[in-house]
Amino acid sequence: MSDSEVLHAAHRLEYPYSRSVGPVIGAFLTGLRDGRLLGVTGAGGSVIVPPTEYDPTTGDDTGEMVEVGPGGVVESWAWVAEPHPKHPLETPFAWALIRLDGADTAFLHVVDSGGPDRLASGDRVTVRFRPAAERIGAMADIVSFVPEGGTGS
Amino acid sequence: MTDQASTDERGPVTTLATPIRLDFDFTPGIAQSKFLRGLERGAFVGQRCPVCGKVYVPSRGSCPTDGVPTTEDVELSNCGTVTTYCVVNVPFAGQSIEIPYICAQVLLDGANLSFMGLLQEIPTDQIRMGMRVEAVWVEPDELTPSLASVRYFRPNGEPDADYETYKEYL
Repeated sequence: MSDSEVLHAAHRLEYPYSRSVGPVIGAFLTGLRDGRLLGVTGAGGSVIVPPTEYDPTTGDDTGEMVEVGPGGVVESWAWVAEPHPKHPLETPFAWALIRLDGADTAFLHVVDSGGPDRLASGDRVTVRFRPAAERIGAMADIVSFVPEGGTGS
Repeated sequence: MTDQASTDERGPVTTLATPIRLDFDFTPGIAQSKFLRGLERGAFVGQRCPVCGKVYVPSRGSCPTDGVPTTEDVELSNCGTVTTYCVVNVPFAGQSIEIPYICAQVLLDGANLSFMGLLQEIPTDQIRMGMRVEAVWVEPDELTPSLASVRYFRPNGEPDADYETYKEYL
């Protein structure tokens, strides 16, 4: 038998997990579905985005949900020149840490700037949500962040 | 603090779908490809060890006892003996067969290794060790290089096999 006669087949291994999100992440995801970005107040009045149930520095319960964004500042980023099938965008994009207006922590998401020469740390970006009818309460309700004003830097 | 009450009639989000998926290009290798090609023409194909003479089906391409390649292909009978079995009564996610059903280890005539098959055309309380069975295949134009070509095994009407003939394969 030649190697060409050796069989091949696509094989997909899949587990359809769903997880309970709890009251804080649940509120954050509900916010995304409503087209809003929510954080939570932590120690000393800091605002944590995405919100956590406990303050990461003190371990105390966090406080109230507060709305942040929709704009923010890119703190750092990495360009993805060749997205793979599981990436959120099919076209080249940046993974970026974005400090949303009103937040004290950076939030990881995607910036669709059109090219690595059109993005720099310190740039202002703004959120781009999916249409309301398509939002389900998940991180992918945000299509991407885009440079404020709609053009690259 | 802003007004956080969602007006969405679906209520607050409480769960998140997080499917995990891995996509493989699976290859069964040379030996198991022969087994699968056999299924494609409605036959069970195994391989014999040149040292101990045992016939493995499906063959992995080598003898686990002697550590040598199995190069001789052996076409096996369509009939075999149930060595042991399990009656499945418990539903589970992804189940494709109506319960209760019988999952049996079948030792094909001429083989020295049993393999698992679905057993049908018999009430679940009549299955027994040593029962003689035969493979029922899909229609000729539906044969594929897959175990899906074997619809199931069923009793072939022969008297039960003597325990001595399969006691080594439990």
